[in-house]
Amino acid sequence: MEDEPHRCFSFLPTFLPLHILIYTPNPVLPEHNRTKSAAVFFHILTMIISRFLRRGISTSTSPTRRRSWWDHVTPALKDLINAVTDAFLADPCPYKINLGVGAYRDDEGKPVVLQWVREAEGKIGATNFLESTSTAISSKLVEESAKLIYREDLDVIKERRFAGIPALSGTGACRIFAEFQKRFYPDSTIYFPDPTWSNHRNIWGDAHVPGRTFHYYHPDSKGLNFVALMDDVKNAPDGSFFLLHPCAHNPTGVDPTDEQWREISSLFKVKNHFPFFDVAYQGFASGDVERDAQAIRIFLEDGHSIGCAQSFAKNLGLYGHRVGCLSILCNDKIQAVAIKSQLKQISNAMYSSPTIHGISLVSKILSNPDIKALWLKEVKVMATSIQRMRATLREALERLRSPLNWQHITNQAGMFCFSGLTRAEVDQLAKEFHIYMTHDGRISMASVTTKNVDYVARAIHEVTASNRDTKILHNIGAYKVNTDICSTFLGTNKTRARGMNLAL
Amino acid sequence: MASTLLSLASATPSASLSFHEINKGKLNRGCMNKEKTNPFIKAKSFGRVSMVVASNVSRFEGITMAPPDPILGVSEAFKADNHELKLNLGVGAYRTEELQPYVLDVIKKADKLLLEKGENREYLPIEGLAAFNKVTAELLFGVDNPVIRQQRVATVQGLSGTGSLRLAAALIERYFPGAKVLISSPTWGNHKNIFNDARVPWSEYRYYDPKTVGLDFEGMIADIKAAPEGSFILLHGCAHNPTGIDPTPEEWRVIADVIQEKNHIPFFDIAYQGFASGSLDTDAASVRMFVARGMEVIAAQSYSKNLGLYAERIGAINVVCSSPEAAARVKSQLKRIARPLYSNPPVHGARIVANIVGDSALFKEWNAEMEMMAGRIKNVRHKLFDSLSSKDKSGKDWSFVLKQIGMFSFTGLNKAQCDNMTNKWHVYMTKDGRISLAGLSLAQCEYLADAIIDSYHNVS
Repeated sequence: MEDEPHRCFSFLPTFLPLHILIYTPNPVLPEHNRTKSAAVFFHILTMIISRFLRRGISTSTSPTRRRSWWDHVTPALKDLINAVTDAFLADPCPYKINLGVGAYRDDEGKPVVLQWVREAEGKIGATNFLESTSTAISSKLVEESAKLIYREDLDVIKERRFAGIPALSGTGACRIFAEFQKRFYPDSTIYFPDPTWSNHRNIWGDAHVPGRTFHYYHPDSKGLNFVALMDDVKNAPDGSFFLLHPCAHNPTGVDPTDEQWREISSLFKVKNHFPFFDVAYQGFASGDVERDAQAIRIFLEDGHSIGCAQSFAKNLGLYGHRVGCLSILCNDKIQAVAIKSQLKQISNAMYSSPTIHGISLVSKILSNPDIKALWLKEVKVMATSIQRMRATLREALERLRSPLNWQHITNQAGMFCFSGLTRAEVDQLAKEFHIYMTHDGRISMASVTTKNVDYVARAIHEVTASNRDTKILHNIGAYKVNTDICSTFLGTNKTRARGMNLAL
Repeated sequence: MASTLLSLASATPSASLSFHEINKGKLNRGCMNKEKTNPFIKAKSFGRVSMVVASNVSRFEGITMAPPDPILGVSEAFKADNHELKLNLGVGAYRTEELQPYVLDVIKKADKLLLEKGENREYLPIEGLAAFNKVTAELLFGVDNPVIRQQRVATVQGLSGTGSLRLAAALIERYFPGAKVLISSPTWGNHKNIFNDARVPWSEYRYYDPKTVGLDFEGMIADIKAAPEGSFILLHGCAHNPTGIDPTPEEWRVIADVIQEKNHIPFFDIAYQGFASGSLDTDAASVRMFVARGMEVIAAQSYSKNLGLYAERIGAINVVCSSPEAAARVKSQLKRIARPLYSNPPVHGARIVANIVGDSALFKEWNAEMEMMAGRIKNVRHKLFDSLSSKDKSGKDWSFVLKQIGMFSFTGLNKAQCDNMTNKWHVYMTKDGRISLAGLSLAQCEYLADAIIDSYHNVS
């Protein structure tokens, strides 16, 4: 009975989240400075009203009749990528296909446990470790990760002039960097390529660093919009933070050429921008870990101080173990120690450290030449099979006499293909053909197998042949116009044709 | 570096701003320089002219060293000590009587099983391994608890206690902006860091009474009463860290009364379930009592100590809601928070826990091992108490050693006395007077008693 009058006020708590919009607390001090008096007034008002409401609540042991603390918590929007998997799992159709998550599959469509992982795990067993050992293993991981991405023979590596910590895969590394950026450059923003991995925005957003975009993908050519990219880099305020994908861009698979990277690096130097690289696919783009690190090496040659988030989820096949590394290059060892201490402090308040199991695996494989050689072979096999599937899918579509241009399937690199399919076409693929992919038309090529490629090609052909206005989007003429623009700028008309050339 | 235009001598964060401002002016010049030696590589000349501008100074010039962690720093100092009679009573990590780390037998068995099964390492869902989430909630609340049957608990796998606390802190920040968390004085050092970094304001309630080396119950109740209505009260479910002082069951009831009266929300941090008394159920009694009253409760769990899975980072955050529908919404928001933190949690520890708790034979074995570990610590407490009582003729009451519970004991020693423990006796402990009994062997109790008596009486 006493709850009756409360129900008419039950809308009030939903106003509480408005506080988020109308003030920004000082993140550094434990006691926040309330500088927005409107928020304070409103907060007091709701407190008074809710106190009035709650006075009637007794120590009732019947929970269902009582107002919940959590009434104002709305259901969260589903994560875009996981939502695809959820829809896929809910589908009872026996021949359904999931082209959503970027996880490597064998030709049966099954997850793969890499041979090197089995070997290394056998050696680790139930680790009998001391805290000191786990510190040593963490340091080893950081050292080996840095060698992998930056090259062993660089002075900055030999002299240990970098700060690094193990992180919870790529996400964790990016998040710690975002928090670090917020802490030491509180007014800075971050520039993402348009488009980028959907979680990047959330990561920097939750760290309270506003995100901006720079042009990247050209929907007409399904390639790089290099002119606009350079324009945006030039027009950004000096000393801006940029997030770059050094290879196998997610979601588009479109990478700049070496020459384009050099131009970008030069412009970054002039503008004094800070390049932060998200390295999720080293080895996966070309099959060669050295080749895939080329963009970063180019920036290092130009003397940039860079930061790097490395993920070992895909290339080492350690998805669920959540292992990665965050590193920041420094001027000297003293600074490296200081920065590392700050990174550690941030991660200590978040989750302390990644698992010893995952860290042990990675440091074992990177520091043991035999296991490393085995891994490099396996990575080449995975990358090559993806390249093969790209060619097969493209051929299948061309054999079906699709009127559209599917060159981009083989031009793009890495795990994903930005198909150019519209949202409606993606929905149709799911509904009618039980093929699932993210709404932006991103296909995980790693899930396309010899067994399903013909079906996938037929399905794509079906939904596109009738729906698409071919003149506007897939026109070969439009593609040529764009390459002319690029060649005027660059003095070259070479576009990168990955996948077609398997011997890289 | 010749092109270093600024000398950032001051090591304050604001130096970063001035670096920015200074550079704004300089960059427009766009100087053309020949190849310079840069600090990163001894470059092969590419024959290109590069546009190098004022960029050899690091952007992070002004970053100072973070303060060393007070707990881990103890272990480092211990390692550096060459004295043969040294004791490391710093970190709360269980050691055997031989002072070796202990990998539970059940862990070895579970690890072997996992290796044989050869399961894949695919991503877990954001909320973690379903089998793990099920068993962890049952372990905490009891298999037959109505809140579980009614699906009113939102459980999300977290990165041990720290990660689970951080998820809850982010949830509080997002949905209860401005609400305070009250933490005990003293409490585990990382609590403050977690809430600070999550931008959640906190304040302290009195807890430890140095005069009695026991609980300041009146102070605790008064401070909880005085807090603004709707605050979050952080409680240690059992084996309070760092004091080892737990409320009695009657005191817990009064605490629950006050929390309900003030419409606060209880927020449990349970890092030692099973480790305190040796019984998983006994150690969960406080949480279960609150839940039985129909209260909505947040509870963070860790398997670092009770399963020895420190470095596998396995734990969970549970939010008991008044309806299954609220629990579903809360769970979705916890996932929304976790995704930009680490996407999804690590799989290995979750599988181990799920295997052990889900298998009745392994679960029984685990219970036995836990009783053994808790038993060893109880024996050490007794030996230490006996040694102190027999050696100290001053009549001081050392019974707090027996009354306290869990891995830690608050000795009541002040900083100067702690320094004496370290400098004279080579006993390493945290400066707040906390000793980790898990790092003490029966053989060393007499030596430690001597050290404590000396420090207490002869140093002030």
